[in-house]
Amino acid sequence: MASAPSSTPSARRTPRATGAIHQPDTARDLVKILVAGPFGVGKTTLIDSVSEIRPLHTEEHLSEASARVDDLDGVRDKATTTVAIDFGRLSLPGGVVLYLFGTPGQERFRSLWDDIAYGALGALVLVDSRRLDASFDVLGLVEDSGLPYAVAFNAFPDSPTHHGEERLRRALDLEPSTPLVTCDARDANSSIDALLALVDHLITRDPAEAR
Amino acid sequence: MTARPAGRPLVPAYLSTGGVARPSRPHLERLSVLARTEERVPPGLPAAELALLDALEGGSLAVVEAAALLGLPVSALCVLAAGLADRELIHTRAPIPPADRFDPDLLKRVADGLRALKHA
Repeated sequence: MASAPSSTPSARRTPRATGAIHQPDTARDLVKILVAGPFGVGKTTLIDSVSEIRPLHTEEHLSEASARVDDLDGVRDKATTTVAIDFGRLSLPGGVVLYLFGTPGQERFRSLWDDIAYGALGALVLVDSRRLDASFDVLGLVEDSGLPYAVAFNAFPDSPTHHGEERLRRALDLEPSTPLVTCDARDANSSIDALLALVDHLITRDPAEAR
Repeated sequence: MTARPAGRPLVPAYLSTGGVARPSRPHLERLSVLARTEERVPPGLPAAELALLDALEGGSLAVVEAAALLGLPVSALCVLAAGLADRELIHTRAPIPPADRFDPDLLKRVADGLRALKHA
């Protein structure tokens, strides 16, 4: 129910009102960007670092087809397979409200993915350079959905630093035009920079590539 | 909403909607905006519908926000919202007003807005 959760203290610029999540009066255009990536890559951390509201989540049900191959740790009861989809919000000057949806990137979430991706501007794909292979599914889903995207490496303290950009591009099989940036999902400015890399790409990309 | 691949829901997600599985307004989506009308709340509304009206007392909410507050899947919230809209207890509107839908400057407004936040 609409309880007033206490927000944790943080260094973000916009103080979060507790529980007050109603739309600002200036809200006109509501748009969304997917923050996609495998479990544990930092999607919720990134959303939390920039969101003006405490990130919320909805419980979504997985379809039967996906439940069959589901091997979520600790989720053994297939009859109750749900996944929590986190989201946050940024009210931008000019009447735009930007929603960020943390979207799990596994193949088994495909039906949910299509639902969440509906109408999205694009996707920011978060990648952990310590386990690149965990990102192949999500890149496949994004490309199949036709959403334009940018890739951001979330810099973990023990992330290897020896990867050159070209090597990473090759490992992930990225188009030369796909933006590739490094970010610290814990840091609001760094996260905003990663989002800007995506939005600037959306603005400048060749219209022929558009859906 | 996009069509979803066929698949029986494994959990009775729609108990809160009185067994109704499809919204009477198919255009409701995750970011549709819900707001209360002036219409007085009739007596005898089911608890879930009252809870949604209650959540909208303080201002408008996107569908996904209302779903999170009420602890319901988005699909179930859409059913509730459509029912209330049919009874003119709430307004619904698209995430982007029709006049703005093909605004070529929308992306630029997003970029400018993000930059402004950064330098704030």
